[in-house]
Amino acid sequence: MNYIFHFGDMWNARGEFVEGALMTLRLSGLAMVASLVIAILGALARTSGPKPLRMLVAAYVEIIRNTPFLVQIFMIFFGLPTVGIRLDANEGALIALILNGSAYTIEIVRAGIENISHGQIEGALALGLHRLQTFRLVVLPQALRIIVPPLGSQFILLMLNSSVCSAISADELTSAALDVQGRTFRAFEAFIVAAAIYFALSLLFSTAFATIERLAFGKRISR
Amino acid sequence: MRSFNAGDLLYLLLAARWTVLLSLIAFAGGGLVGLIIALMRVAQARAARWFAIGFIRVFQGTPLLLQLFLVFFGGDLIGVPLGAWLSVILGLSLNAGAFLGEIWRGSIQAVPNGQIEAARALGLHYGHRMLRVVAPQALRTAIPPTVGFLVNLIKSTSLAAIIGFVELTRAGQQLNNATFRPFLIFGLVASVYFVMCWPLTIAASRLERRLALAYQR
Repeated sequence: MNYIFHFGDMWNARGEFVEGALMTLRLSGLAMVASLVIAILGALARTSGPKPLRMLVAAYVEIIRNTPFLVQIFMIFFGLPTVGIRLDANEGALIALILNGSAYTIEIVRAGIENISHGQIEGALALGLHRLQTFRLVVLPQALRIIVPPLGSQFILLMLNSSVCSAISADELTSAALDVQGRTFRAFEAFIVAAAIYFALSLLFSTAFATIERLAFGKRISR
Repeated sequence: MRSFNAGDLLYLLLAARWTVLLSLIAFAGGGLVGLIIALMRVAQARAARWFAIGFIRVFQGTPLLLQLFLVFFGGDLIGVPLGAWLSVILGLSLNAGAFLGEIWRGSIQAVPNGQIEAARALGLHYGHRMLRVVAPQALRTAIPPTVGFLVNLIKSTSLAAIIGFVELTRAGQQLNNATFRPFLIFGLVASVYFVMCWPLTIAASRLERRLALAYQR
């Protein structure tokens, strides 16, 4: 092997990498918040809605989880404009990330809701707690304990998955690496730098989530 | 621009063969890597354990797409041009190895320690201990999540399309460029993936439920 690594070009392109990383964070952060909101509604519909609604949510979850994200992106980015909805690459990427993330998040929230046995709610009511108190003191603390840890992993998965959005040229980190690669012909260096940034971000977030869990719930729950 | 016809449908189905083949090869490769990683992860030697932990962290902490790019361009760099087909197989195998290694580590560690100590006391050496005592018990807990992971692997093969390998997703892209019927074509592409993945998803959750019941008794 007589290849000489050149990271000088990468240093010169640092602005692009930083902007790409910020866009990756913006896309995954927005998608996470939006999919959490959808997931709470979806999980409630899935567990206690009328039957047709329950089946609809179940079908949505199964369809999204059993097809590749790349195909979902293509469908949204190339499909929506044919029915008159114009969107740029970043908007397409965000919509795809939200639709994809929601399906996984619905299952996480549902597991949290379904885990609380009915006996506990009946017991709390029998002890004279109001419905709101039952929810706040009995249901919520236990549900959060189950929901929060996998939500952290889901965010990291979503962030790593967002690299696929480079296929439609959204302005995120992988696209930035592809641009730098195209200009400098230093493919390996560009992708190593991007991979290192993703790795640092996922380490950062997994440490942060672990700390939050420890502070909020005491001992970390083993998964 | 031309219209979508029966020949195009056949083209998609034929391209799906490559998705199936790619998934099978990557599963075999990933199984091999995963087995080595899982054994290293539970090994006595600290260096082996640290290597396995690092391997798993790196492959689970970076995007698969970048891993594929790095293998693709890394081959060129060391003077062994791999081409799209081999790079995708190698990249997917390494990635699957990290995930399967982590799954199987859990299954190995779920076997009670007393079993291994007893096997050692009976004079069984490492190979026999692992093969005759640990493996049969670990297999029970390993199968459901392994089947579940297969679904992820099949979906991951779609990224080969970005490298330029013509499998199901890439074939869909080509047809969409010619006919411009994105909902129809990517809907069909998605349906083919769904038909491959859904039975595995159902199997995984059934197996999981059966295992959970077995442990309740």
